[in-house]
Amino acid sequence: MSSQTKPLLSITDLKTCFHTLDGVVNAVDDIQFDVYPGETLGLVGESGCGKSVTALSVLRLLRCPPAEITGKICFENRNLLELNSEEMRNIRGKDISMIFQEPMTSLNPVLTIGEQIAEAARNHKRMTRQEAWRWAVEMLRMVQIPGPNTRARDYPHRLSGGMRQRAVIAMALSCNPKLIMADEPTTALDVTIQAQIMNLMVHLKEEFKTAIVLITHNLGIIAEMASRVIVMYAGKIVEEAPIQELFKDPRHPYTKGLLGSIPVIGRKDKTGRYLQEIPGIVPSPLDMPVGCRFNPRCPKVMDRCKKEEPPMVRQGEHRRVLCWLEA
Amino acid sequence: MLHYVAKRLLFTIPVLIGISLLLFFMLRMLPGDPAQVLAGQMATPEEIQTIRQQLGLDRPIHIQYASFLGRLARLDLGLSARTQNPVIQEIWARLPNTILLAMTAISLACLFGIPAGILSAVRPYSWIDYIVTIAALFGISMPVFWLGLMLVVVFSVILKWLPAGGTGGWQHVILPSITLASFVVAFIARMTRATMLEALSQDYTTTARSKGLTEKTIIIKHALRNALIPIITVVGLQFGLLLGGAVLTETVFAWPGLGRLIVDSILARDYSMIQGTILIFGLLYTLVNLAVDLIYAFVDPRIRYD
Repeated sequence: MSSQTKPLLSITDLKTCFHTLDGVVNAVDDIQFDVYPGETLGLVGESGCGKSVTALSVLRLLRCPPAEITGKICFENRNLLELNSEEMRNIRGKDISMIFQEPMTSLNPVLTIGEQIAEAARNHKRMTRQEAWRWAVEMLRMVQIPGPNTRARDYPHRLSGGMRQRAVIAMALSCNPKLIMADEPTTALDVTIQAQIMNLMVHLKEEFKTAIVLITHNLGIIAEMASRVIVMYAGKIVEEAPIQELFKDPRHPYTKGLLGSIPVIGRKDKTGRYLQEIPGIVPSPLDMPVGCRFNPRCPKVMDRCKKEEPPMVRQGEHRRVLCWLEA
Repeated sequence: MLHYVAKRLLFTIPVLIGISLLLFFMLRMLPGDPAQVLAGQMATPEEIQTIRQQLGLDRPIHIQYASFLGRLARLDLGLSARTQNPVIQEIWARLPNTILLAMTAISLACLFGIPAGILSAVRPYSWIDYIVTIAALFGISMPVFWLGLMLVVVFSVILKWLPAGGTGGWQHVILPSITLASFVVAFIARMTRATMLEALSQDYTTTARSKGLTEKTIIIKHALRNALIPIITVVGLQFGLLLGGAVLTETVFAWPGLGRLIVDSILARDYSMIQGTILIFGLLYTLVNLAVDLIYAFVDPRIRYD
């Protein structure tokens, strides 16, 4: 991913806020990042840090109002935020598709699996009914569902959780998109199935040459799949690094805390506990701390952190940290 | 499926027996003597006694019930005390009218109620939503007889477009079915709005949107099919009520249906006729419910009867 390659998706100054009765919630606050063709970019952070909202903003799947999206989301040199709804519709599912967290609820219970895969293909690839159906069966075979011919005729409730997520992946891949936003694709599955699904995604990514933005709070999955990682905290990007560097040399205190909170068998911290935690809780989006948003929980907090917002410090092409310590 | 239908049809027998049992004894608890009503004000006690014997009302009540059931098994509902015609014949003469009116009304209600509900769910709190809400409020709160009379005044008396009552051509059906549909249309519109709002906020709707489908496909194919189950329930229940409860509308428009027949029979203490009509209502109601259950399975693949 050198600077010679043009990014597929380039997000600048993206702000997504929600107008609620209690006030304006800045779920995503002024973030920027690029995604290059064919790469897997990890997006990590705790629940509520703005990961999913970022993904939904890219596809403009948030109801506006109450949501308001500003900034620039450039996909192949077109600002998605300036497209009309018809143009946007042509991008959804065809160029950018999405894999959702809950295979239980993200499939329509009253339509067959085959129909749900075929309709996207019919819509974007101008296929006839039969062609699209054959294509759907082919996609089910691709995601290694046994007996794809009969499975295509099944309704979602007849499939197990793992199978359903495979079907969701088949649906996302059905128009051979250039980019997939995968929002916690394995969170709802049990661990052995998680591994199967991750392997499947790695395999399909190679085959389809699709770029993936992998949104998760699971650092193990990131380590396995992503080549580059973005860490988000309270709506801000706090650190970006190539995968190896992030695990070897995390710079933001929050990233350090996240990595430290992965339990290692037999390893204790200074106080003799096996599991380290980041003290405190995520701040309320309606009441963000002044200065650095992580300052109330930061072990290395300085006076300055409580007064001024930290600068984004660039430390190489894909290395940046939002912290006064690095300034 | 066929097995299920057969089972459900068999189940209607105990239901009808239950209805007949309740009905039979409750009727006889009503004040008023049918023999007295039939014989008239001037009748002597002897005449009343003769009529009582003719009707079999002098026998013990359980014997009366047993002979009623026995005749029922042969599909004989007895003679009407008021008109001396076979009850079944009177019911047959009026049943088509009742079904015609109920069918037209429920079709009208679905035809307008469901699209109105969808429109207001797709654009909640827009002007169209407010218009539908206000119209629904009118429909629900307007007394049926008043609306019926107003329609007659406007369309029959002033404009002279449509007949004020009776049966005949299709023109005769319009005003009574509009009157009957007004409440139901409002009810269906509100129900559709609520269930559509829910369906449109589900994850599968976001998934459908993320596939780049058109709004129309998302609303009709993805959301509406999921929202239909509660709507079908309401339509079924309302249809059942329309079959039995159109008394006011039938009276306003002099519509010869079962609703008026039953009111007239109650006033005359015509036991056989009341029993017959209410049993038919019970039968129709259970059949409508069976139809609703079968439609469920058709709409929602998670529901299967085997």
